[in-house]
Parts: sequence; structure tokens; C-alpha cells
Amino acid sequence: MNGPHDLGGQMGFGPVAPEKDEPYFHAGWEKRALGITLSCGAFGAWTIDESRHARENIPPADYLAASYYEIWIRGIDKLLERHGFATHEELLSGRKLQDGAVPKRVLKADMVPAVLAKGGPCDRPVEAAPLFVVGETVRTKNFNPATHTRLPRYARARTGVVEAVQGSFVFPDDNAHGKGENPQWLYTVVFDGAEIWGEDADPTLTVSIDAWESYLEPA
Amino acid sequence: MQARVKALETLLTEKGLIDPAAIDAIVETYETKVGPRNGAHVVARAWSDADFADWLKRDATAAISSLGYTGRQGEHMRAVFNTAETHNLVVCTLCSCYPWSVLGLPPVWYKAPAYRSRAVIDPRGVLAEFGLTLPEEKKVRVWDSTAELRYLVIPERPEGTEGIDEQTLADLVSRDAMIGTAVAGKPESAT
Repeated sequence: MNGPHDLGGQMGFGPVAPEKDEPYFHAGWEKRALGITLSCGAFGAWTIDESRHARENIPPADYLAASYYEIWIRGIDKLLERHGFATHEELLSGRKLQDGAVPKRVLKADMVPAVLAKGGPCDRPVEAAPLFVVGETVRTKNFNPATHTRLPRYARARTGVVEAVQGSFVFPDDNAHGKGENPQWLYTVVFDGAEIWGEDADPTLTVSIDAWESYLEPA
Repeated sequence: MQARVKALETLLTEKGLIDPAAIDAIVETYETKVGPRNGAHVVARAWSDADFADWLKRDATAAISSLGYTGRQGEHMRAVFNTAETHNLVVCTLCSCYPWSVLGLPPVWYKAPAYRSRAVIDPRGVLAEFGLTLPEEKKVRVWDSTAELRYLVIPERPEGTEGIDEQTLADLVSRDAMIGTAVAGKPESAT
């Protein structure tokens, strides 16, 4: 979706402000926000793609005004409610009012090292051969779905070159919406700066994205 | 936000959905066990062992996992090597994709709109804000992490580091050098 998260090439956000010796967390609640998000992810009720979509659906003015872990908390609220783990009233009050959905698992402290070390690999085999080969010129599609996609706006309807076939992976555009993993081939596609940003682009610049097969067509 | 997050933790604990001790364990992991030193170890190994560097180029996931760095947000790794001709810079314009298993949790600037918006359109301007000015002829290659591949920049090995052991080499590799917003440090004897 053309949400506030799709920031590539936007202007007006000012300079990057690196912080010397930045701590991992700037407030105690940020630690809890990270832990709550990962713990709820372990329920197995939603995918990383659905959680990304929950965050990018935050209205633009709210999204851009929120700190990063605040965006996470807004997203987790939405997912807990959608999947029946907590009602809107419970989330507002912070008190249990009724029983809710039962998760596949609850993350306990002794499970944490193994769960974090395992992660959630999302490579999946596909039977078909890749449609595109390394070195081939391709064009990204021009689409503007109201649903989740990982093709950034700046890289739509652009011509680039396939630099690598990275394997086959879960397709986020479907997986975010409960339509299954539907894995596809994934390609690294490289664009010249001028193809994306026009004639004033830095002449030495190239930008690449990782694009699922259905984002691409032969050029 | 503090009150809101506290209320959420209380609610979920009361409902038996989360274990506060698990949250402590997650936080402790990322505060003390998983951080940029992991990535620096990978870089130092690549600098000192050509076979490892080659493996890293071909299959970064396996090569990095052989050093014990696996897991969440590092399931699928790709290493990109800086050269005399090309400087690599990593961004996630869509969210904050970042290789947790080798760099730990990302800094605020990496997740913030200023970096995510400008890294792809004005990388030299962004690098200048980090105090890094590249020669004009050096090519800039930006990798937008739009899938589950997580990128690790392997900076160029600094001059004057011949014969230096792996641990000392790792000390020259900052987190920012592995994102591409810095280059590797010089050994003290050379400065």
C-alpha cells in the first residue's frame, strides 16, 4: 500500500541525526515494547508480513509523529484485537474483562534462547524454474495495491537488471492477508540512479531492491 | 507511552498470554549477547581468511552461521564487499530491516524517516552527515532491504594492518562501517 512507511526518496525530514554512543533503548518502556512484540509474535497467530501491514496502516500523520517502538505498540494493539486475544475495551483499560483466543504457544523465559536463535526462516521451495536470469533487463510493474506490498513506490515502473536470483521465498503480498505463503523466486534488481531519480541523479549511484517474481516483467 | 505499555503488559500477563520473565530474557539477550561485535568478528575473519571471505560471498548465511551467529532477523544473510571502486550502503526504506544476529538492534537513526527517505536518493549527503566524504569517482551502491535478506557490509581492510590478529582487527570495525555509513578505523600505530 502507498502508506506512510514507504519513505524512499521523500523529502523534508531533515538531516540524519546520529547519536554518539547510542544506547539500545532510550526508555524502560521501549524494552518492554520489544519484548511484548516478540512474545506476541510467538503466538503463531500472525506472520511478520501481517505485522508489517498493521504498522503501515497507521494513519500517516500518526505514523510520522510516532517513535519506532510506539509504532510497534500501535501495531500490536491492532493484531491482538483482530485475532481475538484482547478486546478494544481491555486494551483501553489494561484489565482482563473476558477470556479470549488461545495462542498456539506462550513464550516462557526458558524458551527464549532457542526461539531467538532459530528465528523464522522464510525460504520455501517452488517447483517452477525462475522466469528471469542473471543479466536480464526487467521492468518493475506499476501497481498501487491498497494491500501489503514490498515493492517501494520509487522502484515501480522502472527498468533494471537482474543481478542475482536469491532463491524462493514466502510472498508477502499474499502472506500478509492470510492468503497463504505462495512462495516465489526472489531477484536482486539493480537500477541506475538516473532511471529512478532522473538526469540530476548522482552519476555513480546504483540502487537495488529484492523483488519477487510477480513484481517483474520482461523489459 | 510508559503507562500504555505497562497497561498492555499487565493485561497480557493477566490473560496468561505473556511471561514477563521472557521479556526480561529477550531484553537481556539484545543488551548483552547480540550486538555489533558479532558482525565485527565476521568482518575480521573475512579479512584474515580468504577462504572464509569467499564462502561469505557465495553463502553468507552459512558462513556467518559457522561462527555461531544465527537467528531472528539474520535468517538469510548477504555480505556485500566494499572495494576500491565501490562503496556499499544499506537501508530499509519500507521499515527497519536490519541484521539483528550480527549487529544487534538497530540505532534510532536507521529506523527514522530522515535516513530511510534519503539514503536511496542522496547517499553522499547522508554519508557527509556521518562525517564520511567519499572520493567523487567512487561509486555508491545502495541496497534497499525489501525482502528477508539482511545485508552486512564488509568494509575495506585498512592499510597498515598486515600481520594484525583477528581480535585486534575486529576492534577496527564499527557498527556503522557494517551498515556503510562509515569505513573501518585505522590501527592506532598508523594514526
